[in-house]
Amino acid sequence: MSFLDASSMTGGYGAADILHDCTLKVEKGQIAVIVGPNGAGKSTAMKAVFGMLRLRAGKVTLDGDDITALSPQERVRKGMGFVPQVNNVFPTMSVEENLEMGAFIRTDDFRDTMEQVYDLFPILREKRFQNAGELSGGQRQQVAVGRALMTKPKLLMLDEPTAGVSPIVMDELFDRIIEVARTGISILMVEQNARQALEIADMGYVLVQGANRYTDTGAALMADPEVRRTFLGG
Amino acid sequence: MDILNALVAILNYVVVPATAYGAQLALGALGVTLIYGILRFSNFAHGDTMAFGTAITILITWALQSAGIGFGPLPTALIALPFGIAATALLVLGTDKIVYSYYRKVRAAPVVLTMVSVGVMFLMNGLTRLLIGVDEIKFADGARFLISAQEFKKATGLAEPLAIRSTQAITVITAAIVVAALFWFLAKTRTGKSMRAFSDNEDLALLSGINPSRVVAMTWIIAAALATIAGTLYGLDKSFKAFNYFQLLLPVFAAAIVGGLGNPLGAIAGGFIIAYSEVAVTYAWKKVAMYLIPGFQPDSLLQLLSTEYKFAVSFTILIIVLLFKPTGLFKGKSV
Repeated sequence: MSFLDASSMTGGYGAADILHDCTLKVEKGQIAVIVGPNGAGKSTAMKAVFGMLRLRAGKVTLDGDDITALSPQERVRKGMGFVPQVNNVFPTMSVEENLEMGAFIRTDDFRDTMEQVYDLFPILREKRFQNAGELSGGQRQQVAVGRALMTKPKLLMLDEPTAGVSPIVMDELFDRIIEVARTGISILMVEQNARQALEIADMGYVLVQGANRYTDTGAALMADPEVRRTFLGG
Repeated sequence: MDILNALVAILNYVVVPATAYGAQLALGALGVTLIYGILRFSNFAHGDTMAFGTAITILITWALQSAGIGFGPLPTALIALPFGIAATALLVLGTDKIVYSYYRKVRAAPVVLTMVSVGVMFLMNGLTRLLIGVDEIKFADGARFLISAQEFKKATGLAEPLAIRSTQAITVITAAIVVAALFWFLAKTRTGKSMRAFSDNEDLALLSGINPSRVVAMTWIIAAALATIAGTLYGLDKSFKAFNYFQLLLPVFAAAIVGGLGNPLGAIAGGFIIAYSEVAVTYAWKKVAMYLIPGFQPDSLLQLLSTEYKFAVSFTILIIVLLFKPTGLFKGKSV
């Protein structure tokens, strides 16, 4: 069984379903990327995995445990880390305080983890006493990812981490994400920049209208002429 | 000599009373701003929370006095203060449980919560009047003056007196201690930081595992403490009257909004801005002008506004700020 196994998820916010029998799986230490056109339900699928959406059908297991009935907060304790697309930092708090709040549920000494985050994102060490709201978009994303890493998650979920950042910063962020995955953390990521994201993905999911359209390794999807033509712009 | 006399007159009639009043407003505004920042609504019941807390403090002060317990040169009310805070904290926590928690659960709009607080305000208003009546109560005891007018005149030989009442000194010192403690709490403690995080980004705070009911309860307890301290200091400095505290709501809100709602530093600055403006605009400057301009004999008192209209000052500043800088002088949330 995969480390994260979200199978046959069906559900939505109101009466109408947004997700239809959608399945997402991530292996340990691997990167899975969800791509697809606007309104395909990519973020919704991610939210469903994290428990922010009521499912009518389907099941979510993490490391073999059924977590379908758990709230998002309980899932954080189970080892999930979530980085929302927007409003993902505490703007009037310093970088260091943001990381501390990330570690709020931990009762042990989390200074090691903070050092690891600073090693991963050296710019954050430099700006540790500056308010997160005063940082650039790319730096704020690093704070957001760092905050989520403070609980030492086993699965890190990123909702469009590169939205609104420059191409250089995007490459930089993807490099960091690969580094995180190398430490054994599984990564599930929604990305608008499909081409670049699939390049680093072990597994890619192409969603259309809330359902799986193509599922394959990142490289295979990139090589598939059909996928290239319809979703990657040639 | 005349310049010195003018300076002493300004100190005595403007700076000293305005500083004490400003400290009281700042404490009140801090409570309003904390509730706005964390619970996200304008709490109109804050003035009457101040009245309730002060009323309990007075009742306990009387009990202590009749038991022969005093605090030497300091007012007995300072011993009674912790009990007043505890009772007020229980009252607001109870109110939250019975009233506000429901509106949070249904995710009511802030304006709905504000209107609910108006209802709570009238209830608390009535409760305070039932408890202690509607009359004016003076409950300051202990030493009257830190510096008395006679002593000052004798010591300096100036024609103008300078008096600092002990309640004014106590007000400023207490306010300074309370503000320092509050800022330390918000900046350094885990609970304080979690309150700021909750105020900054509620969803992310929940994601981080911050317990919202704990944050809400802490906020009410701190607001109750600030309200009771502010109310008791105001009552010691002037006098206690339930209706006056209801009226205090306006300058307190003006202070919080002028400084920037949700910004604690702004609340303090706002408190002093309102207090200084109110006192300066309603002070009769004739005497000072006569000292400064030799041979000047004005026909009027040189008073811009009579003291009955002092609330107009808060209103005017409030309107100017809302028109030109709705987020307040410090970075706050817009109303």
